[in-house]
Parts: sequence; structure tokens; C-alpha cells
Amino acid sequence: MHFAVLQFPASNCDQDAVHALRALGHGADYVWHKDTSLGAADAVIVPGGFSYGDYLRCGAIARFSPVMQAVRRFADNGGLVLGVCNGFQVLTEAGLLPGALIRNRDLQFHCEHIFLKTANRDTPFTNRIPEGKLLRVPIAHGEGCYFADEETLAKLQANRQILWQYCDAGGGLTDAANPNGAMHNIAGIRSERGNVAGLMPHPERACEPILGSDDGRLVFQSMIAALESRAAQQAA
Amino acid sequence: MKATIIITPKKAVLDPQGKTVQNALAHMGYTGVTGVHVGKYLEVDLAPDTDREAARKALDEAAHRFLSNPVIEDYRLEIE
Repeated sequence: MHFAVLQFPASNCDQDAVHALRALGHGADYVWHKDTSLGAADAVIVPGGFSYGDYLRCGAIARFSPVMQAVRRFADNGGLVLGVCNGFQVLTEAGLLPGALIRNRDLQFHCEHIFLKTANRDTPFTNRIPEGKLLRVPIAHGEGCYFADEETLAKLQANRQILWQYCDAGGGLTDAANPNGAMHNIAGIRSERGNVAGLMPHPERACEPILGSDDGRLVFQSMIAALESRAAQQAA
Repeated sequence: MKATIIITPKKAVLDPQGKTVQNALAHMGYTGVTGVHVGKYLEVDLAPDTDREAARKALDEAAHRFLSNPVIEDYRLEIE
């Protein structure tokens, strides 16, 4: 499979994402923010960083870049899009995902490993995650507190759009395990249609044992499995 | 001609910055402060011959679409 990894001015997790995908044996290429086409990509990664200096609000400027218009068309056609950290913020600003990411409740930038509980394993982003498996992956953000109004939260729950929640080592969704004050400990969600997802933690930084964890591979392996199954269906 | 746009966090949104400033004011002895909300202030310079109503309409749209995020923020637009 082939992934397009976007590059905005001040993206800084683009290389990690390309490295992780290539290490998994798949193709990954950078797509510059001024490009108007994603080429022949099977899926898109909107990487972490501080796109356009995080000016105005995180993701607010990136959303208007030419490449994001291509991402919108790609998503409208059912293409898989995953936003990581700043990429998640870009996707919410673009309206491709509901809610918003605001300043961490303690005003601190958090850079640490956390545990994630997968709330819905029946999605293109989570299908390879074994039942009960907690993902140990890093976070590195100052504005990762997920916020949505009551109506949106109810919809997220009813449609099973919540994918990952911060938890403790035993899987408990406690307030102490919530690094940023996110509502319902939400770390990642998907769109109503299900083909666009975003999360604040960094699975691409946890794809090799030498990095302390390779749990992040499960997210990309899920996407690859979903793409392969889709390709097989189209060929049949 | 100048427009100002004041952006504040919605009441339902956690505002840890405002809360921290409020606590600091209390520590400094400024009593009676029951709430602080930290937002943004934008000054927009407009050409002198700008049509006031057209500018208001355009900036209102820009404030809604881009300058503020309606999910978490309210804004107030003023044209001098």
C-alpha cells in the first residue's frame, strides 16, 4: 500500500511517519502543502508538528492549504485519512472531524508515554488491535484537551466514533490517567462515515522495540489490513 | 478605518489560562474577582474608502469561518 504523508511548514513528525510505514514494508511519500494532488495514494497521514507555527489556533492555517483541499476530496470519496497530534488538530479545524483540541487543563506541555484503551475495534484504524490490548504510545502536546458540546459527544458515543481513550496501566479510564483534561478521556475519534480518524498520541513514534514500544504498529497495520481487504473486494 | 475582533472562550469550554490568572489575582490581593477569561484581540486595518457595511459583512464571515473557532470560541466585531 502507498501512503501520502503531508508536509506543512513546521511539520515535524512527517519523517517519523514515513520511516514507520516504510519499516512496515509499505510505500510512503511526502506531499508538500502547496501540492494540489495526493498522487496515487491509498491513504493519507496528516502528521504532527506545529504547522504554520500554530499561529491563530493549532491547525487553523493549515486547513486552508492547497493540499488540504485534495485531502477533503480524498475523504469525501471514502479514502482513509489519519491525523496525528497536530494532524488531528488540522482535521478538526477543517471540519473533517467533530470537536476541537484546546489547551491542556494544567497549561503544561506533556511529553511522556501513556496507555490507550481502544473503544471500538471494528474500524479501519483499530481492527488489528487484539481485544483487551492497551497501547503504550507517547504523547507530546500542549493543546490536546478534546472538547465537544454535549450533542456532539452523545453522537460520538451513539455512533461508536470514539476510538481511543487515555487509561491507566490496568485499563481504567481514570482522571489521573488523563494527561490533558480531555472529555471522557478521549485521545482519538473517527468521523461519522468512519474513514477519517485523528488522535493526539503518536503511534508512528512507537513502531520499533528500540523506541520503547512497537504498539503503534497496530494502528498502521489496521489501516493496511483495511486497505488490502478493500482492494480484494474491488478485484473480486 | 479599523476593525477590532475580540475572541473569547465559550462559557462551557475549560479555560485553564483564565482560571490561573484569576487565582494569581487573588494571591496578589485583588479581591472580588469572580472570573477571568483570556481571549484574543485582533486589529484589522481597512482601506479608508472601505464601505462600512460591506466590511462588517465580510469580517463577520471571516471571523466565523477562520478567525474564531465556533466550536470553542465566541467573538465580537467592532468597526471604528
